[in-house]
Amino acid sequence: MRIRINFAKTEAMRYTSHLDLHRTLERTIRRAALPLAYSQGFRPHPRINLACALPLGFTSECEFADIWLETKLPLDSIRTSLAAASPPGISINFIEHVLLDLPALQSSLLAAEYQITFMSPIPDLSRRIENVLESTSLPRIRHGKTYDLRSLISELKPLTSDSDPLQSILVQLSAMEGATGRPEEVVLAMGADPHEARVHRVQLIFNNYQRSLPSNGNPI
Amino acid sequence: MLNPDQIQTRLEYILPTVEKPGRYVGGEFNQVVKDWARNIRIALVFPDIYDIGMSNLGLAILYDLINQRSDALAERAYAPWVDMEAALRSSKTPLYSLETKHALGAFDIIGISLPYETLYTNTLNILDLAEIPVISSERSESHPLIIAGGHATFNPEPMHAFVDAFVVGEGEEVLGEIIDVYKDWKIKGENRKTLLGRLSQIWGVYIPSLYRSHYFDDGTFSHMEKLEADTPLPIMKRIVAKLPPPTTRFIVPYIDTVHNRIPIEIMRGCTRGCRFCQAGMITRPVRERTVDEIIQAIEEGIRNTGYEDVGLLSLSSSDYTHILELVNAVGDRFLSQHLSMSLPSLRIESFSVDLMNALKGTRRSGFTLAPEAATERMRDIINKPVSTAQLLDTAHAIYSRGWTTIKLYYMIGHPSETMEDVQAIANLCKAVLTEGRKVIGMRAQVNAGVSTFVPKPHTPFQWVPSESIEMILNKQALLKRELRGAGLKLNWNSPKETMLEAWLSRGDRRLAEVIFHAWQNGAKFDAWNERFSYDTWLEAFQVTGLDPNFYTLRERPIDENFPWDHISTSVLKKFLTEDYLWSLQGRTRIDCRQRCFACGVLPTFADLRRMNPGEVWQCPEVKSKRIAVKDFSVNMDVLSPGD
Repeated sequence: MRIRINFAKTEAMRYTSHLDLHRTLERTIRRAALPLAYSQGFRPHPRINLACALPLGFTSECEFADIWLETKLPLDSIRTSLAAASPPGISINFIEHVLLDLPALQSSLLAAEYQITFMSPIPDLSRRIENVLESTSLPRIRHGKTYDLRSLISELKPLTSDSDPLQSILVQLSAMEGATGRPEEVVLAMGADPHEARVHRVQLIFNNYQRSLPSNGNPI
Repeated sequence: MLNPDQIQTRLEYILPTVEKPGRYVGGEFNQVVKDWARNIRIALVFPDIYDIGMSNLGLAILYDLINQRSDALAERAYAPWVDMEAALRSSKTPLYSLETKHALGAFDIIGISLPYETLYTNTLNILDLAEIPVISSERSESHPLIIAGGHATFNPEPMHAFVDAFVVGEGEEVLGEIIDVYKDWKIKGENRKTLLGRLSQIWGVYIPSLYRSHYFDDGTFSHMEKLEADTPLPIMKRIVAKLPPPTTRFIVPYIDTVHNRIPIEIMRGCTRGCRFCQAGMITRPVRERTVDEIIQAIEEGIRNTGYEDVGLLSLSSSDYTHILELVNAVGDRFLSQHLSMSLPSLRIESFSVDLMNALKGTRRSGFTLAPEAATERMRDIINKPVSTAQLLDTAHAIYSRGWTTIKLYYMIGHPSETMEDVQAIANLCKAVLTEGRKVIGMRAQVNAGVSTFVPKPHTPFQWVPSESIEMILNKQALLKRELRGAGLKLNWNSPKETMLEAWLSRGDRRLAEVIFHAWQNGAKFDAWNERFSYDTWLEAFQVTGLDPNFYTLRERPIDENFPWDHISTSVLKKFLTEDYLWSLQGRTRIDCRQRCFACGVLPTFADLRRMNPGEVWQCPEVKSKRIAVKDFSVNMDVLSPGD
């Protein structure tokens, strides 16, 4: 059976890489004594599929992982054992049973939304945001390729007033293959220091997100 | 001193700027956080980076044991890598514990693991980063008590100036006794000297400030003088009479570390008596865990950690009494669960291939054998008698069973080694490769790991000179010339790093000054090839007026007193002397499970043996009541030989 896990990656795992998160999930599932399925072949790999890599240093409240189990088990008991086996850096929001033949999470991902909090005050925050939004293009180079940062920003707005001591903003960036916006680029475009910015992912937006299966296994 | 909140705030700014910040945050699965106010606080420190220190079994055991107490807590700290150190120093942030971010200076006790000598400068650096005086005598009641233990501390003298108390031997029981004494002392509010005096009365604890060393005019060591009447001399190493149930609640890191596995010690000690091997001499007697206990520990370990890998650890797995039963039980139970098992240190015989085959599971990496020397003459000298025919037969069996790579571990620089003996290493590697090609053709691979022998204290080779740099380079050049081409790979150690290990291993108190100078001039991470600076150490020797070659290149007279003679491993110097003389004649000893050679362990620990009869120990049973603990002059004839 295929299980979709929605979880928060919290402070304790802020500095755990994508690959290490993968390993942490594998160990969590083994501690939970769930029958994790493995790929066939010479070097079998655990069947765990993460929706979207979270850069080192970011926290998130909305990570998705699909895992495959060799036998069917009640969702409730899976949830209970996973929660008990999770490390402090992972907090499970919900799990659902999904169709085996659904497309991979990565392929239907459209956008990601981030909340960025600045550790020291940024003067004229709203004006800086307007400047970014009013630009017709923001050409950037990454790995030798040019791209337009502006076209990757679908939303950018302040979450606090300019007088607030702890300022934060919300940004929605494209997260499609070959067109992924990075929050720290937005921070730089605003003329702020990315080292002073705490980034927290609040939402992943999918194309045609397939709802979970009811307990009889048929799609809703 | 900064409080945890202040340190945490600094880290917000520091961590995004350093490499692998996951090393410095803690918060892993199975980390233990206890009430700071109501406990004796112990910081357990491994003086290298997190990635290495987290894989240290000794500290994991102590962490578990201390945190099980109702009156003590243990937290962890490791050496920050150079970028993190720079960030801590420039922001004046002290080194802190991962669990609660308390500055190390706020702990009652700091326990440091010193398994090898190249961690010494890091130890000083860690104390300094913690804003604690590095010199023991400059510390007061307001500073933590600094304890160190581990194999390197069987010669504690080079570090005597920096460590308040050494634990000689096994830490499981003695650490609890140290905490008890500390707690009582803290309640009474007495001075530091009183604490050290009381600690010195605990079996296995060595307080260097209670002794003074004396030298002859030629610079050789004369004797150790105790400064108080009731201070013990010699200091007997600590052992646990019976191995306690293995620790299974390991902290599971969020980032990759050197060993990501459940380590289960199946046996402690070794009966083989290889003369170069310090571990084999200092961890006697051999004590084994039962198969049931090991299987249960693996089950618990998997449930507690979720690790995919289990290491069944010992100095010589093949010698574990019920090895076949163990391997079969492990194979039956665990291999279908996508777990891999490792069984290091197997004897060179085809039976070892059967053992590994039962454990092969899904992964098949290289098969490791350690002949250590390539000629039978040389193997007799080091007392690792294996015939070349036996090695080739074993290699044949390994390649036939599906392995494509054999790793062969050798050492150069054994006593009386000639260029012919070194040439023989190359020849033997090629012979193994030829054997492999007969079986699997060009897929066969031989990886030779050739390290350089360093004579260690408390071994039959403690008298012999170390190889000179020039000689090491000559021998390595020969091997590099010979071991190239398809199917052959050679790994070796830098001779300069070997020198550092050689100076420090058999050093005396005077080397403390050399260590201090080297550290002040920037020596740290000496175990890291790219960080190690040979010139810094030579300079430190020069400043202190000591000759490095005095510690290494000299063949020491058979009657020389050694700076570590006051530390007793229970193996008598008389026995080591005899074994050294035997080696000069090429005489070997059989496994001492077959016959007791009266090394000294049994009379020293006769009472413990008597209380733990049967297979728990591999020494013969003690029947006579006449043997008293610590009676060194015992007549071994009264012991009944083992079956």
